[in-house]
Amino acid sequence: MKHVLPFEKPVVELRDKIAELKNFTSDSDVDLSEEIATLERRLARLEKEVYGNMQPWDRVQMARHPERPTTLDYIEYIFQDFLEMHGDRYYGDDEAIVGGIAEFNGRPVTVIGHQRGKDTKENIKRNFGMPHPEGYRKALRLMHQADKFNRPVITFIDTKGAYPGKAAEERGQSEAIAKNLREMAGLTVPVICIVIGEGGSGGALGISVGDRIYMLENSTYSVISPEGAAALLWKDSNLAQKAAETMKITAPDLLELEVIDDVIEEVQGGAHRDIVMQANKIKHVIDSALEDLRQLSDEQLLDERWKKYQRIGAVSSTIES
Amino acid sequence: MIKNMFNRKRKYATITNQTELDDIPQGVMVKCPSCRKIYYRKEIEKNFFTCPGCSYHHQMKASERIELVLDHGTFIEWDHELVSENPLDFPEYLEKLKKDQEKTGINEAIVTGKGEINGQPTAVAIMDARFRMGSMGSVVGEKIALAIERAEKENLPFIIFTASGGARMQEGVLSLMQMTKTSVALERFSRNGGLFISYMTNPTTGGVSASFASLGDYNFAEPAALIGFAGRRIIEQTIREKLPDDFQTAEFLFDHGQLDRVIPRPEMKSTLTTLLKLHRDRGDK
Repeated sequence: MKHVLPFEKPVVELRDKIAELKNFTSDSDVDLSEEIATLERRLARLEKEVYGNMQPWDRVQMARHPERPTTLDYIEYIFQDFLEMHGDRYYGDDEAIVGGIAEFNGRPVTVIGHQRGKDTKENIKRNFGMPHPEGYRKALRLMHQADKFNRPVITFIDTKGAYPGKAAEERGQSEAIAKNLREMAGLTVPVICIVIGEGGSGGALGISVGDRIYMLENSTYSVISPEGAAALLWKDSNLAQKAAETMKITAPDLLELEVIDDVIEEVQGGAHRDIVMQANKIKHVIDSALEDLRQLSDEQLLDERWKKYQRIGAVSSTIES
Repeated sequence: MIKNMFNRKRKYATITNQTELDDIPQGVMVKCPSCRKIYYRKEIEKNFFTCPGCSYHHQMKASERIELVLDHGTFIEWDHELVSENPLDFPEYLEKLKKDQEKTGINEAIVTGKGEINGQPTAVAIMDARFRMGSMGSVVGEKIALAIERAEKENLPFIIFTASGGARMQEGVLSLMQMTKTSVALERFSRNGGLFISYMTNPTTGGVSASFASLGDYNFAEPAALIGFAGRRIIEQTIREKLPDDFQTAEFLFDHGQLDRVIPRPEMKSTLTTLLKLHRDRGDK
C-alpha cells in the first residue's frame, strides 16, 4: 500500500480510477479509450494544481514521507564507489550519521549525511536519524580527512534533531555540534550542503556549514519542529499546521530569508516518485557548484564562507544613518 | 551600513536602576531561593551577589556583571544601538521586545564592549537573562560577531558570560543561523591566535550551549549553573526515566570532562586576571 498524504488524495483517487478503467477495458470489449484520455488530461491538470500549490504543512508532510529517499539512496545514484567509513575513534559508531569517500564525476569526494530508516527495524538501528555526539565527531573526523586529502565535502541533511538523551548530554552533545560549526568554517575544501528532508535545529546545523546550502523543494529547515513550536507558543501541539506557516520553515521561505543559496526542484509529487530523476537534479547542482568553488583559492574560499554567514540576520539601528 | 557604525566610539551609558525589576527582588530584605533564609539585599550584593549562607549564585544584570568583573569606569560599550527586526512578522514580537527594553533598560539580551580587568584590556560580552530569557536572535548573534571582529582588530582577548535559554523562537531559522554565524566568527578569531574564554552562567542551554558557549579555549562555569543541549523535560519524555537532580549542572558537566573549572563568583575576577596575565605575551616555546 502506497502512503498517501491528505492533500494529494484527489490526485491519487483519480489515478486509481484511471488504472481501474484501463484494467476493465483490457478484460472486456468495451472501448473506453476516449474517456480514459479525458481523465488522463484531467489528472495532469489536477496534479499540476495540487502539487503546484503546496502549503507549508503539505511540504512538512512530504519531507517526512516514509518513502522519501534517504542519504544512502541518493549516494547510490549520485556517486560511484562509495566506501563507508565508521566510528569517531573516541566512543563508538553512530549509525544515525553515515559517511565515507566516493567518486563524483571522476573525482574523489567525502560524503556525509544523516541516515534515518524507512521501517521500524531500520529506524531503531538508525535511532530515527537522530545523532549522538559520536555521530558529529565521526563526521568531523571525515571532514578533517577530506581537508587533508584536498577533496570536497558534500553533506546531506535529514534529521528531526540531535538526540535528546541522557547519554548524549553526558558525552557532550553541545560541544560536539559547536565544534563542528567552528571546524567546518575552517575547512579549505569546498563544502556543499543539501537538505533532503527535515532540517531539525542544531542537529541539522552540525553538518551543514558550507559554501553552498541547498534545499530540496519539499524539505524544511527550522529552529524547532512545528509541533514543538505550537506547544511552546500556544500551549497546543495541535496547532502545528499554523506553526508551520508562522515559523517560515520551507525551502522557498528560507530562500526568501536569504539563508540558503537555492531551491532544488523536486519531481512532481515528491522526490520519492522518481529517485533517479531526483538524483540527477541534485547531481547537476553539485556539479555546477563544485565547478564554481574550484576556482577559489583557500583564502578566498574561507573569506567567502565567513562573509556568507556574517550577512545572515535581521538587524536595525536606532541611530539614523 | 551596520558595519560602518562601529567606528563610532561611545561611552557606556549608565543603566538606570530604579525602574528595573530585579531577580533579587526590590526591597531591603531578600529571601534566598535556595536556602530560604532571609538576608539584607545589600549583604548579598556585597557578597558578589551570592548568598552569604549557602553561596547560591543570584541572577545578575549585565550592568552588575560589568561592575563586578571590569575595573570601575573602564567599560566602553559597543553597538548599543542595534535592535531586532521582525523577520517572520511574528505576532506581538515587537511589543514583547519593547516591554523587555523598558523592563531591563537594555536594547537586547546582550551587552558588548571593552574594558580592563585589573589593568588588562579585554573585549567582553555579557548576556542578560532578563531580556527574552537571554535568547539569541539576530541582534545577539550580530553583536557577538562584531565584538569578535573588533577584538581581532584591536588584538584583545574575548570573554563571554553566557546566560541564555537558547535560540529565539520568534526569529525562526534566522536565530538558528546565529549559532553558525558566531561559530564561524570564532573560527577566524581562533585561527589568528585570538584568546576566547567562555564563562557559562545560569542558564546556558540549547543553541547557545551548542555554539559559542562550548567553544572557549577555556570553558568555565559558575557553580550550579544549568548547562545543556536539550531540555530536561524533553529528555525525560524521550528516555522515559527520571533524571538525577544534578543533571546538566555545572558540576555534572565538570564530572563528565566538559569544563575546565567551576569558578565561584568571588574568585571570578582573580582567576580571569591570572589567565589574562598568562596570555599577555605569546608563549615562547
